[in-house]
Amino acid sequence: MNEFVATVVRGLGSGSIYALLALGFVIIYKSMRVISFAQPAFMMAGATLVSHLVLSMNFFLAVLVALLLTALLGAGVERLALRPMIGRPVFVIAIITLGVDIVIRTVVNSFIGLDIRQMGDPWGLEQVGVLGANIDQRHLATLITTLIVVAALFAFYRWSRTGLAMRAASSDQEVALAQGVSVGRVFSLSWALAAMLAGLAGVFLSTGIGLEQNLWLTALKALPVIILGGLDSLGGAVVAGLSIGVVEALVGSYGGDLHPVFGGDFFLVVPYLLMLLVLLVKPYGLFGTREVERI
Amino acid sequence: MLAAKNLEVVYDDVMLVLRGVSLEVPRGRIVALLGANGAGKSTLLRAMSGLLDVHDGEVRRGEITLDGVPIHHLGASRIAARGVKQVMEGRRIFVDLTVEENLRVGAHARPRTVKVNLDRTYQLFPVLADRRKKVAGYLSGGEQQMLAIGRALMSDPEYLLLDEPSLGLAPLIVQQIRDVIVEINAAGTTVLLVEQNAAMALAIAEHGYVLENGAMVMDKPAADLLADGDVREFYLGLGAEGAARSFRDVKHYRRRKRWLS
Ligand SMILES: Nc1ncnc2c1ncn2[C@@H]1O[C@H](COP(=O)(O)OP(=O)(O)O)[C@@H](O)[C@H]1O
Ligand SMILES: [Mg+2]
Repeated sequence: MNEFVATVVRGLGSGSIYALLALGFVIIYKSMRVISFAQPAFMMAGATLVSHLVLSMNFFLAVLVALLLTALLGAGVERLALRPMIGRPVFVIAIITLGVDIVIRTVVNSFIGLDIRQMGDPWGLEQVGVLGANIDQRHLATLITTLIVVAALFAFYRWSRTGLAMRAASSDQEVALAQGVSVGRVFSLSWALAAMLAGLAGVFLSTGIGLEQNLWLTALKALPVIILGGLDSLGGAVVAGLSIGVVEALVGSYGGDLHPVFGGDFFLVVPYLLMLLVLLVKPYGLFGTREVERI
Repeated sequence: MLAAKNLEVVYDDVMLVLRGVSLEVPRGRIVALLGANGAGKSTLLRAMSGLLDVHDGEVRRGEITLDGVPIHHLGASRIAARGVKQVMEGRRIFVDLTVEENLRVGAHARPRTVKVNLDRTYQLFPVLADRRKKVAGYLSGGEQQMLAIGRALMSDPEYLLLDEPSLGLAPLIVQQIRDVIVEINAAGTTVLLVEQNAAMALAIAEHGYVLENGAMVMDKPAADLLADGDVREFYLGLGAEGAARSFRDVKHYRRRKRWLS
């Protein structure tokens, strides 16, 4: 039982990271109808900035500054590399985001170096007892922060003037323009938000275990998550992210030899299996809407 | 005054759709713009509201002026902020937002007076007040048209450009929409009304224009247009002998065109 609780919390911790990343994909998708493959770069940029900033300031302040810088980077990329391409085929734009990802990650890698960088976070690998189980503090911190950020994000979309304008632009761009909404601002803001969320995911991913160049691969786990949740659903991104995190952790702990071919690595396949299963029943993901483009 | 002067509009760099069109919408009036499907009415409205861009359209020659100042080079959101608002053909409400959220987006250009304008809009359209929390996609066609008009009014525009508001609505609802337009105008908003329902438009407008194949072919007081033989035949469906047959033919033709476009 204790191990079970510990496993679930660990799953919720990594699930939170998937959720943060997936939210970024969905936010950009909703505004531009494009899947941006630049999310891993923003994730790495955020984490790397923190690992350097903590050398001269408090961890939490470092996170705040790093996230603001990452948001600026996101908005800048949108303005310089994406905005001029509006109207081009979606496929072309997706490839451009892939290029952006590689450029940024190459630069960021030179600031990471070949060794593992410490994040200077207050929890490290410390544990805390919850319901009789020993749980990594970093998983709890990730989960709680994510829940707060998600709540703030939803409140923003639901009640703020700008959030409402973003939803309107997502629903019908031309009509939003006709109401005075600046769709360009909506694009910038979407990229800033997505970059910031990815940066936060990167920070939590590297707390405790440290930051290294290969960590960007984790961002790819957000891909099955957004398909599972529904490309255009923020709520779906959160639910699917947490679910995949938990299922993955459970399979990792209990399903070790579930499959002879994959052996102990079966949990790596789980997100995609889950995605396939759900798509069989719900073609647009758990919460997606129908209009989403299909091949 | 909102005006178009010798306006030429091209789509996709090659398709000349408006060929030197001029039109004047003096402050405080209701002006009707008639014309068959494909004449270029919506294109003229897009030029006035800055939405040509979205359709790969461009003003090649001539200008749109607001009180003498050219505005056709401004973006749509700027023009909306200057008080020119278009209600697009086919209602185009945000189907996944609630009624009230739709209205709030309409106030985007003028955020400080949201509350006053919400109250006013609900007074003008009591049916929207009853459905304020409802997702807009579930409203009936008539309600959606009222929502689209209400949304445009949320930023206190000086000029309201209505693109075929009676399209596809039952006669009773068309009457309601007509009365609402008169009420809006009486409250101080200038209206440019694009219609295929010429009888409705000319009944409430002071002045009317007829656009044909991208050129303005008539520019007369509404009463004169109502009396004009050609207008009666082609737009009111009343031939010399008041033949209803030709009306049905025209309508059938229009419907097919609409489906194709
Ligand atoms: N986005 C567009 N691209 C190319 N041609 C267009 C576009 N929109 C309209 N047109 C053409 O311009 C002409 C006028 O259309 P429109 O302004 O919609 O007429 P109306 O509103 O009077 O029915 C039509 O021939 C139509 O096919
Ligand atoms: Mg039209």
